[in-house]
Amino acid sequence: MSFNNLDTLYRQVIMDHYKTPRNRGKLEGDHITVEMNNPTCGDRIDLQLKLDDGIVQDAKFEGEGCSISMASASMMTQVVVGKPIEEALKISKMFSDMMLGNELEDHDYDLEDLGDIQALQGVSKFPARIKCATLAWKAMEQGVEKND
Amino acid sequence: MTNMESVRKQFPILNQEVNGHPLVYLDSSATSQKPSSVIDAVSDYYKQYNSNVHRGVHTLGTYATEGYEGAREKVKDFINASSIKEVIFTRGTTTAINTVASSYGRDHLQSGDEIVLTKMEHHSNIIPWQQIAKATGAELKYIPLQEDGTILIEDVEKLVTERTKIVAMTHVSNVLGTINPIKEVAKIAHKQNAVIVVDGAQSVPHMRVDVQDLDADFYAFSAHKMCGPTGIGVLYGKKSLLEKMEPVEFGGEMIDFVNLHDSTWKELPWKFEGGTPIIAGAIGLGKAIDFLNEVGMDNVEAHESELVSYAMEQMNTIDGMTIYGPKKRAGLVTFNLDDVHPHDGATALDSLGIAVRAGHHCAQPLMRELQVAATARASFYLYNNKQDVDLLVDGLKKTKEYFGDVF
Repeated sequence: MSFNNLDTLYRQVIMDHYKTPRNRGKLEGDHITVEMNNPTCGDRIDLQLKLDDGIVQDAKFEGEGCSISMASASMMTQVVVGKPIEEALKISKMFSDMMLGNELEDHDYDLEDLGDIQALQGVSKFPARIKCATLAWKAMEQGVEKND
Repeated sequence: MTNMESVRKQFPILNQEVNGHPLVYLDSSATSQKPSSVIDAVSDYYKQYNSNVHRGVHTLGTYATEGYEGAREKVKDFINASSIKEVIFTRGTTTAINTVASSYGRDHLQSGDEIVLTKMEHHSNIIPWQQIAKATGAELKYIPLQEDGTILIEDVEKLVTERTKIVAMTHVSNVLGTINPIKEVAKIAHKQNAVIVVDGAQSVPHMRVDVQDLDADFYAFSAHKMCGPTGIGVLYGKKSLLEKMEPVEFGGEMIDFVNLHDSTWKELPWKFEGGTPIIAGAIGLGKAIDFLNEVGMDNVEAHESELVSYAMEQMNTIDGMTIYGPKKRAGLVTFNLDDVHPHDGATALDSLGIAVRAGHHCAQPLMRELQVAATARASFYLYNNKQDVDLLVDGLKKTKEYFGDVF
């Protein structure tokens, strides 16, 4: 028995984000908070976004969940901070397509532009785990909607 | 003694590979697998005598009615109800409990009354009571859990008072494996003129249940956890109580006379079975009961008891293993492994062909009580064997190594 196929899912970079999450904590000052659950498995994220002048000024999260959900949250905050909100949403759409195993050619970004996020590509081969990976992104989208 | 290996061979689904490994199915508490006899019985009904029941005079309709009502007889004997009037077919345990809450609960609860539950209930034995409590002004009280996941009879005696109208309790916890002392609790409830509603989803499939001996007022269970099809379950209720209860679903099948402004209901149990019933499901459940009777429920219980003891003993040898619940338990083990989130663990096991459940097991209040967000659960049934346990333990060791190494 070996876990060769698992390596597609649990790349070292995912484990790194899980063990040493970036942007974990609480934002000070004015910000938007979104709490989101994955009711089927109990994953929970508490995402805080600071949105000003059309830009994601800062993002932090707290929560509880599996390595995929927490690593994805860490990576998401890392990539969206400093980006225009429009751009963050475009990346989110691309991420969603990546999870669904769709072609990514129509998107404005290359996988390489997304940094660590590309490590999550393997999740698309594990349908039961896609919801874990998308939780933080859905929270981000909801936060942006709240801002409108 | 029944040969359990020959029992296992009657489950065609178990004879396959998943992700390149022989399937090790350890999620029977979620739903059990079905033996060929049950699958064939459902298929035969559709192929040979599919017809509606209780109506018309044609031959196939008679066969279908015999199959459907014959299944009710089998259920009656299986749980030792005193009459078929006490056996109502429902969609499952959830519908059965909702029926009691919506009918009996609505008529008997008022502001100031209390419903007593335990902190180990499945959502399906919490939310119907929350809803009826909100509608009637009644209050929910929870029996606390001991460190080992059991309840104390003294706590039951303290919490069940003259204000208590309903005690709702699971017979076997789907997370902890705890077997609750239903007979004693029923006595305490009856002393206060309360009724006891028992969630039997995890007990009826695995042990001999005698509703009269337990003196349960209502008892609910699902076919799909006991080798039967999905979509059908049973509400047992004492005739004296059911007779006074109003149906909750109105329409075809359940009526006696229908006038323009008023109607009357059929007698028990049919007044609770509005609409065309779950005919194929009932026939499948009947066959599942035949199957379990052939194996013998005492054998099923003894087999699972041996397996679960072995599993706990083996799993406890793994470093960083936490097992929840009491030592004396039904055939399931809920656990967490240090440094491995249960979803990650379940995915790793799945890649080895081992199916376990991960998550909150539809028992969020209990998860909070245990102070965990999620757990993993391996649950056993009559078709599992020691090799399944060995493969699980081996898989868990590899999983721990894997997640340890990646860091």
